[in-house]
Amino acid sequence: MHKYANPKKYKALSKYILTASLGLALALLGWGLYLALIASPPDYQQSETVRIMYIHVPAAWLSMFIYASMTVAAIVLTIWRHTLAGFYIRAAAPIGACFTAACLISGALWGQPTWGTWWVWDARLTSVLILFFLYLGAIALSNAYDNPDKGNQATAWLVIVGSVNLPIIKFSVDWWNTLHQPASLTSFSRMAAPGIHHDMLVPLLVMAGGFLCLYVVLVILRLDNEIAARKIHVLRLKAING
Amino acid sequence: MTRKQQRIFAIVLVLFGAGLAVGLSLLALKENVTYFYYPSDIAEEKKEIPRNRDFRMGGLVVDGSVEKSGEVTRFVITDTVHTTSVTYTGILPDLFREGQGVIATGRLNEESVFVARTLLAKHDENYMPPEVARALEKAKVKIE
Repeated sequence: MHKYANPKKYKALSKYILTASLGLALALLGWGLYLALIASPPDYQQSETVRIMYIHVPAAWLSMFIYASMTVAAIVLTIWRHTLAGFYIRAAAPIGACFTAACLISGALWGQPTWGTWWVWDARLTSVLILFFLYLGAIALSNAYDNPDKGNQATAWLVIVGSVNLPIIKFSVDWWNTLHQPASLTSFSRMAAPGIHHDMLVPLLVMAGGFLCLYVVLVILRLDNEIAARKIHVLRLKAING
Repeated sequence: MTRKQQRIFAIVLVLFGAGLAVGLSLLALKENVTYFYYPSDIAEEKKEIPRNRDFRMGGLVVDGSVEKSGEVTRFVITDTVHTTSVTYTGILPDLFREGQGVIATGRLNEESVFVARTLLAKHDENYMPPEVARALEKAKVKIE
């Protein structure tokens, strides 16, 4: 792992991953959207509104996965001082914020016809909104320093402290009475007997795979930008200091 | 301790501290984080039910309990142990039906009837096509 913390080694490897995930993302999203919007059946209660789930749930999973990966990067940066881990936090934060926004907006669009309200301050919805603000905070903090390394380290601490929110989001629907329904798939009791019918589960998982590949593409492109931006920064400093 | 060990120690300490702070705050705010109360919370008086302000009640609409007269709907909600009578004036959400989970906002009147100001339908974690739901319903009737 330490070998790929070197930006040069990372670049050689990332080219192949980028091509592979781009192809996979296009294929999975195309297939997934066909299954989700056309081939899958309506729900017995919500009828066609259920199709929002195929965007909402993968976006929600990704919003938490991205934050968890940023927490790992923050710990790696803090302990081993790998510059690339700092770049990863900067690269991932805006993408994570977008997926969280997609989750919140699609959830509101689903809540209006299903529950009868766009938004309630229950534990699940509120904790996801806090996750969105944590992303915005990380973006703002990483750009608030003249020295980018200092900015990345400060952001890493914010990300580590904010990771306390992840288990709260996950278990909010079990710990408290919430309007949001409990997990259909990702709980121990539900692994064996999913609450989602097979015909709806397949499109959901295909979409989730597509979202994940899309994220890998976006984060690699943004990482390349971060590496290039750092090179420009170093060249500027050299030019100023002679 | 080396510098690296110090940093690992700092991370563990910060995570522990943040977790403890958030955990204790949530424990203190337990009643406020709870989005709604069940009929059992009222009947067993285990939790402090607010008397002079609005709060939320949740439960399943009891089969055969729904009575409509104009804009007013009367029904009974249950958590399978205790029940509470509810009256609601206004337009019902699409998913409102017998057996459905609902959350009502309002307060209890003198006759212990919950007068709801707003009514939300709760969706459960099960998703299936209509044919499957009908087949399940048929199987249930057969067993009974």
